[in-house]
Amino acid sequence: MDTEIKMSAQDLDFYYGEFKALHSINMNFSPCQVTALIGPSGCGKSTFLRCLNRMNDLIPISRVEGRITLDGENIYASDVDVVMLRRKVGMVFQKPNPFPKSIFDNVAYGLWVNGIKDKVFVQERVEESLKQAAIWDEVKDRLQASALGLSGGQQQRLCIARALAVKPEVVLMDEPASALDPIATQKIEELIHQLKETYTIIIVTHNMQQAARVSDVTAFFYMGKLIEAGETDLIFTRPKKKQTEDYITGRFG
Amino acid sequence: MANRQTTERTMRGLFFVIATASIGILFLIMLFLFREGLPIFKTVSVKDFIFGKYWYPTSDPPDFGIFSLIVASVAVTAVSGAMAVPLGVMTAIYLSEIAMPRVSQIVKPVVELLAALPSVVIGFFGMVLVAPFLQRVFDLPTGLNLFNASLMLAFMSIPTICSISEDAIHSVPGALREASVALGATQLQTIVRVVVPASLSGISTAVILGLSRAVGETMVVLMVAGGAAMLPGSLFDPVRPMPASIAAEMAEAPIGSEHYYALFATGIVLFFFTLLFNIVADTIAHRYAQVGEASL
Repeated sequence: MDTEIKMSAQDLDFYYGEFKALHSINMNFSPCQVTALIGPSGCGKSTFLRCLNRMNDLIPISRVEGRITLDGENIYASDVDVVMLRRKVGMVFQKPNPFPKSIFDNVAYGLWVNGIKDKVFVQERVEESLKQAAIWDEVKDRLQASALGLSGGQQQRLCIARALAVKPEVVLMDEPASALDPIATQKIEELIHQLKETYTIIIVTHNMQQAARVSDVTAFFYMGKLIEAGETDLIFTRPKKKQTEDYITGRFG
Repeated sequence: MANRQTTERTMRGLFFVIATASIGILFLIMLFLFREGLPIFKTVSVKDFIFGKYWYPTSDPPDFGIFSLIVASVAVTAVSGAMAVPLGVMTAIYLSEIAMPRVSQIVKPVVELLAALPSVVIGFFGMVLVAPFLQRVFDLPTGLNLFNASLMLAFMSIPTICSISEDAIHSVPGALREASVALGATQLQTIVRVVVPASLSGISTAVILGLSRAVGETMVVLMVAGGAAMLPGSLFDPVRPMPASIAAEMAEAPIGSEHYYALFATGIVLFFFTLLFNIVADTIAHRYAQVGEASL
């Protein structure tokens, strides 16, 4: 395994009010790799993902203890600019959530809110991002049409393009294909394969075949604890822990 | 079995009769309005009635020009809108997006309660407190004027605008806010660029419902607008909006006189104004209902 570390969680605890949702998570993410987080519903994998770009800040009663570092810097330090962090750590959500705006405006949004006004630059970046997300050919003739007129799979690729437009370093994906049909899912998976050349990708998925197909590293979560993490091939063929084996062979969860 | 069917049939009949009665009566009132208003146009042409600058219904010969009354209604509504819309919408944004949930849970019902303030109370407040204040501060001949009436009407429409806007803003899916924030947008950018545009149809409906309350409001303008049937030259001139004119003069106009018909005709004009507001509100609510993520 690559020893270089892009992001890292150290003794991370997370609380919703009194409820402790994550128990002392320690985990490293290498650059230009896909890490899959798997585990049964409510195991904390999505919560953990949302700690990585501080989306949980939006929940008033939540609390974080421990550290998460990006390039060695603690993202929960008091002097961190959350806006800058989220620009570096992008996110794609479970349900496609395009803005009720045009296709172009959806992708350009992240640039605008970050103060980029140069029209030519924005146009080029929008095209580049749509191409990266493998949706350019389908939408290039109707960039001014509403994004809500796209199919679910197209909307999700648009959301990926939107996340890529701000050139993040890490892309978090929270079950990005769970609301999509098999063909759209396949497209998203192919996309993830291409994206990992440039980006560090962390993906939450319920689908173990998907984890096996797209990821280099897999981490198994259960009851708010990280049970086991390792190279995907090894996790799926020779898991070290009994719980992991039970889960991936479908005995529970 | 037969018994149950009879009950069903009776129930249906009963509801039909009640529905027909209430709609029918409203329709008859409208018919009455037109029957009593239209005869004035035998004496005055529609154009002279609407664009005539002089309203001297009891002079000899009388003048039936309601242009200054129409301008007064429009001006009072526009100025009150200019005050109430920013205040109402921004309050709604604060309650829905910025305030702690516990604060908005308490404040929102209070705002809605303010809508229950009787208009005569607001008019009284404008007469006794605001009018002398305006007169003193701006050195005016009277504090009962266009500005005072607009201010009072703004207070009346803010609860409506705020409450309905808040509902619309609140119904914007959280996923859109998350998407915006995850792209590195600040809370202000998220509100201005995502939340407000997504709830614009609801906000527009709120604004129009608030304003239509102002345009038809009678008691407040009767009490604080000053009552002068002339074209206002400034914000601090007294005016006589249509509802005030009707309310003030109806008791003195002999039934069947030209004055009486003219007042009903003013009512017809007012009816078209409120109708226009309602049609616009309805169109906006429907047009954006399917496209936007959030609506009423």
